[in-house]
Amino acid sequence: MAMLNPKEETLSREELTALQSERLVRQVKRMYEKVECFRNRMDEKGLKPEDIHGVEDLSKLPFSYKNDLRDYYPFGLFAVPMKDIKRIHASSGTTGKRIVVGYTDEDLKIWADCFARMLVAVGATDEDIVQVSYGYGLFTGGLGAHGGAERIGATVIPMSSGNTALQIQNMVDFGATILCCTPSYALYLGEEVERMGLKDQLKLKAGIFGAEPWSENMRLEIEKKLGIKAYDIYGLSEILGPGVGCECPAQKGMHIWEDHFIPEIIDPDTCEVLPAGETGELVLTTITKEGFPLIRYRTRDICRLEYETCECGRTHVRMRKPSGRSDDMLIIRGVNVFPSQIEEVLIEVGGENITPNYFITIDRVNNVDTFDLDVEMSEQFFHDDVKSIAAVEKQITEKLRSALGLGVKVHLVNPKTIARSEGKSKRVNDKRKI
Amino acid sequence: MLVKQVSAFIENKAGRLCEAADKIAEKGIDISALSLADSAEYGVLRMIVSDPEKTVKTLREDGVICKVTTVLAVAMDDTPGGFAGVLNTLTEAGIEIKYIYACISRISGKALMIFSVENPEIADELIANTAAGKVDPSEIYRI
Ligand SMILES: [Zn+2]
Repeated sequence: MAMLNPKEETLSREELTALQSERLVRQVKRMYEKVECFRNRMDEKGLKPEDIHGVEDLSKLPFSYKNDLRDYYPFGLFAVPMKDIKRIHASSGTTGKRIVVGYTDEDLKIWADCFARMLVAVGATDEDIVQVSYGYGLFTGGLGAHGGAERIGATVIPMSSGNTALQIQNMVDFGATILCCTPSYALYLGEEVERMGLKDQLKLKAGIFGAEPWSENMRLEIEKKLGIKAYDIYGLSEILGPGVGCECPAQKGMHIWEDHFIPEIIDPDTCEVLPAGETGELVLTTITKEGFPLIRYRTRDICRLEYETCECGRTHVRMRKPSGRSDDMLIIRGVNVFPSQIEEVLIEVGGENITPNYFITIDRVNNVDTFDLDVEMSEQFFHDDVKSIAAVEKQITEKLRSALGLGVKVHLVNPKTIARSEGKSKRVNDKRKI
Repeated sequence: MLVKQVSAFIENKAGRLCEAADKIAEKGIDISALSLADSAEYGVLRMIVSDPEKTVKTLREDGVICKVTTVLAVAMDDTPGGFAGVLNTLTEAGIEIKYIYACISRISGKALMIFSVENPEIADELIANTAAGKVDPSEIYRI
């Protein structure tokens, strides 16, 4: 199978560990000198850079948190002078202070490589036409994918997000072969393509989708509607942007590029490092990043790592799709609910042809949480008599009850009445005032 | 006679039924029979129309979930016992009737009814050779 960096992507575990150790020691030393926040945390623990000899000492190092980015807003965590920062990205979050990250030339090059490794893995070459439908601008999605596509010499269509009609026209007229966007937007594009009857005119062969949680069923749905293979990509702007973890054709998890990042799995409550293969919170350390390096960053993503060499030949560890982000998880009547569980149930009932569009409304009435689920009617749920539809409604309710351990009031609503945002899906309205 | 019925999902919100009917009328499609079954939150609109394919296309373009099913059109004598005769024929053959509704008839002395049954083909064979089976397609589709 084709690889962008065959040597780096297939290093033996011993070679990877040696490389990581060397880079970690250098990174810790550099950050201790340049980053006040890191130096203070080291000092609090009574640690000096000399105490870190390699990856075996990683767990001694202090964690870093999303809040650090807010506390040191905007440039307080940068490890190089501003003249060496060549680009800024930032979150669009409006709550509290925004998160700001900076990249040096070398960081941008590494980022492009990371994304490009994935493009090559999914079969892209300089003959491909990559439509980037992630938002361009401060969000890392658009320019991250753009850099990767340029790195392999592909033709880039810098579409950015939104303007669905033009997106589809470009895919058809320009013959885009690779699509990069959020999975919910890919599904929306798929629905529109289906509605317009244009599937046969698409030249798309693969899609790289990330930036929000999505389920395996959603993947099948996207693949069918667009006639492509859909690949999962992991990234967070604090660490790099899209390209930290990349799926390969084996689709057995996303390879975390270990020559640039060291992953750990910890118990989020005790903060202890868990043995390989266990599920817990992903913690990432950047060992090559210059501008904005982070040591032991708490991602809040819950997942599992697999170290066995992949069918694709790559040796880099694979992270399984996060089973939830702490900010995606709902607690209803004390029960943890992930929207993806609801999606799975809807597909179980409606069959794999269904596009599960649903909207969750949570409220609290007389100190009891109410849980209402609007589900868009679809051909698969529809029958010509009310009794049969009621039976479908009951089936969904029952299956949700067993899947979630929670009662839910299901409402079948007209199709396309649930708003599809042109970026991340907004599927929850939590009206509780707790 | 077997006929095609268009059924559509209608949310119980003001105007939804009107919207659907307007769209169909706009396309010059004639409705010869119509029934609405509803629950508290939604309804199922069933129609016999002059052009089922066009109706479905029109509704789907408008985002309405619908489907075409085969139902049985029966022209029974508009006399006491006409209705019971058809019912007996079907019930005796063990055919389950899901629902029934009336169709506008222009033939005097005949009542046109639409039957949704479990096995429309078998039901049609049973009814076709009786007096109730003589249905004029133009009555149904208004061609
Ligand atoms: Zn692989």
